[in-house]
Amino acid sequence: MSVLLRRREAGIALALLVVIGVTTAIQPGFLLSSGGFRDLLLTPAILVVLAVGQAVVVITRNVDLSVGSVLGLTAYLTGRLFIEAPDLPIVVVALVAVAAGAVLGLVNGSIVAFARVPALVITLGTLYVYRGIALTWAGSDRIDAGDMPRSFLALGTEQVLGIPVLTIVAAVVLAVVAYYMYTARGGRQLYAIGSDPDAAELQGLPVRRRLLGAFALGGALAGLAGVMFAARYGTVSSGAGLGIELQVVGAVVVGGVAIFGGSGTVAGAALGAMLLLTINRALPVVGIPDFWQRAVVGALIIGAIALDRVLARRRSHRLAAERDTDQPGEDGPADREEANR
Amino acid sequence: MQNAAPTLRLEGVAKSFGPVAALRSGTLVVQPGTIHALVGENGAGKSTLVKIVGGVHRRDAGVVELDGEPVDFSGPAEAKAAGVAVIHQEPASFPDLTVAENIYLGREPLGRFRRIDRRVMRAGTRQLFRDLGVDLDPDRPAEGLSIADQQIVEIAKAISLDARLLVMDEPTAALSAVEVRRLFAVARGLRDAGHAVVFISHRLDEVADLCDTVTVMRDGEHVSTDAVADVTAGDLVRRMVGRAVADLYPKVPSTPGEVVLRVEGLESTGTFHDVSFDVRAGEIVGLAGLVGAGRSEIARAVFGVDRYDAGRVVVGGRTLRPGDPTAAIAAGLALVPEDRRLEGLVTESSVARNVSAVSRRRLARLGILLPDAEARLARDWSGRLAVKAGALDAVATTMSGGNQQKVVLAKWLATGPKVLIVDEPTRGIDVGTKAEVHRLLSTLAAEGLAVLMISSELPEVLGMADRVLVVREGRIAAELSRAEATPEVVMRAATPGAAGQEGAA
Repeated sequence: MSVLLRRREAGIALALLVVIGVTTAIQPGFLLSSGGFRDLLLTPAILVVLAVGQAVVVITRNVDLSVGSVLGLTAYLTGRLFIEAPDLPIVVVALVAVAAGAVLGLVNGSIVAFARVPALVITLGTLYVYRGIALTWAGSDRIDAGDMPRSFLALGTEQVLGIPVLTIVAAVVLAVVAYYMYTARGGRQLYAIGSDPDAAELQGLPVRRRLLGAFALGGALAGLAGVMFAARYGTVSSGAGLGIELQVVGAVVVGGVAIFGGSGTVAGAALGAMLLLTINRALPVVGIPDFWQRAVVGALIIGAIALDRVLARRRSHRLAAERDTDQPGEDGPADREEANR
Repeated sequence: MQNAAPTLRLEGVAKSFGPVAALRSGTLVVQPGTIHALVGENGAGKSTLVKIVGGVHRRDAGVVELDGEPVDFSGPAEAKAAGVAVIHQEPASFPDLTVAENIYLGREPLGRFRRIDRRVMRAGTRQLFRDLGVDLDPDRPAEGLSIADQQIVEIAKAISLDARLLVMDEPTAALSAVEVRRLFAVARGLRDAGHAVVFISHRLDEVADLCDTVTVMRDGEHVSTDAVADVTAGDLVRRMVGRAVADLYPKVPSTPGEVVLRVEGLESTGTFHDVSFDVRAGEIVGLAGLVGAGRSEIARAVFGVDRYDAGRVVVGGRTLRPGDPTAAIAAGLALVPEDRRLEGLVTESSVARNVSAVSRRRLARLGILLPDAEARLARDWSGRLAVKAGALDAVATTMSGGNQQKVVLAKWLATGPKVLIVDEPTRGIDVGTKAEVHRLLSTLAAEGLAVLMISSELPEVLGMADRVLVVREGRIAAELSRAEATPEVVMRAATPGAAGQEGAA
């Protein structure tokens, strides 16, 4: 239990509960109305999926800033497919969008892994390139709810046992990726690569393949987020998901994934996404003016990074101090003589 | 021994890094079921040879065969797959992963659904540690492990590979006597099971104790291979050095003046403790010790690059502000760092730019650098140090290690320091230039400069220093005069678990 409490994720979950608790005390409808409960679960669903993908990339000491543009492209692609090929089953449309996202992620990953250019620069570039493709393709065209099948749009609002479908999708994504990261060899290697890229090479780990995999996964999840976006909002223009990458990176950092790679969990990133969006919704309810709402989010991100540094320093200091105490010259002269023989 | 192919055969293997030939003609034949020692001075090419065998570097020329089959590894993974396990000199652990994860990385035991079986992994790690006789928690993160413990983790990792060839590059440098003995027991067990082991060490007593065959290397070339029983330690040393020691260490006598640098009770948690010493004008003080003992860290703290928790540094009577290299330079300190490419040079810049890097303020009027003044300064110092560069605007990357080191020295000497701290001044430098650097340091000291010299090469410390301070696990373990400092005494003071007799100085 104490191990659980000491974990970083527990702190974020606690913060989330406090925010919900305080806001509900002021405005009971925030949680206790049926719409309130639904919004609490539904609003973060898309950001959670994006944050899970981003966390995997950040753990390898990289970053993918192009996810917002990938979301925009795949959301538009989803709508377009429904218009051009109305007979395609929804599942196939979703899979095509996810695959498209994976390909876009793979492009990022290839440049990072083979050209060895920092991911920050590459994905900043593809952020504009992908958005440019979306703009050229869509123009001022907009896909409306009328263009998409009713059953697809229903996924955006429907609930199963009181839980929104999109939330279930996000939860499944989180569970699968978290399981992989913790229990699969590939997952541990992603941590190793982020922890010390040079040592990973020296160990003979398949660094390039793992990086490609991480970026492809991040892209695929951005593609899935695009599908979710289309279902949820019913209208898609070329500007879908504009600027969401910063929210995603913020969520990942708030969730305790170290920006220099190697540590943190996807569950933390998902909680970070929930915390950010819940605070966003809670502040106006509590009556805090718009300016301060943004400031609070900013403070949260800076606070999370500062906390990371403090915790990391404390830890390395503690480990170093331990080393000082348990290393007296433990072997007597007799030992040495024998060894020196 | 029957006529089976040797486990490892290298012949005429060469490797150069830019203009520096690290390995000219590496030859090594290791039979199965033997422990083969590889000895030679630092810079003799042993580690380069090991890295070629381990797939880290690719050879430029020569033959490498495993069990009679020619091999050419394109990466460490291939070498590992071919049954070669290497413990490199610098441990490569992942600080964020646990000890057990570090050992099994990439080949974790899998349970159902290809999921990592942490129970098996933990038990395996415990078993490995039991064989090695160490007490480490498999679940603790690798961050914060001491150098010795990191080495243990590397050894456990290599042993668990069950490779046909195990190469250990100075595995005992940071280990205590007990740990060394256990490691030897494990190595003998591997030998008796028919594996081949290559053992690199500077300690000839260990070679005599453990190994069957010994190969000597010097200046990147094979010198001799003999059965250990047929050679004496004296023979080996002569072959390793291969030249008169006096030429390499031209020591100019000088009379120490007043104390210029005084360090009192310097303390940094986990790194070094209660470090106090003086350096006088005209004196070369050697800082000896094992790799990882904390020598470079002490130098960095004295110079103000790293912070310290307690103590003070006094230069010429003035106490320096901690963590302020600018103040240290102003007070007359200069630090020639260990890694000249990383910390000493702007490798993409010209010689002139590099030489003037710290003196720019003096060379500028109204904040604008005067090119003439810069060129004059660079010409002066390059001339005095005999830097061999095509021109002053040659880019530093194109020069040999020795010349690069001279440029770094010139840079700091141009600031007119009172105290010069040099960290591994001749690492990776060929023998001729080495002697030049030594002559230079000696001359500077004779002119009244105080020199604090960190070196892992014992002959260098003993040949150059007026006084030797031995650092062991972050403490000054002994202070020896030039007459007292024999290799024996210094090594004894530097090795954890070997002291106790002489006590702290």
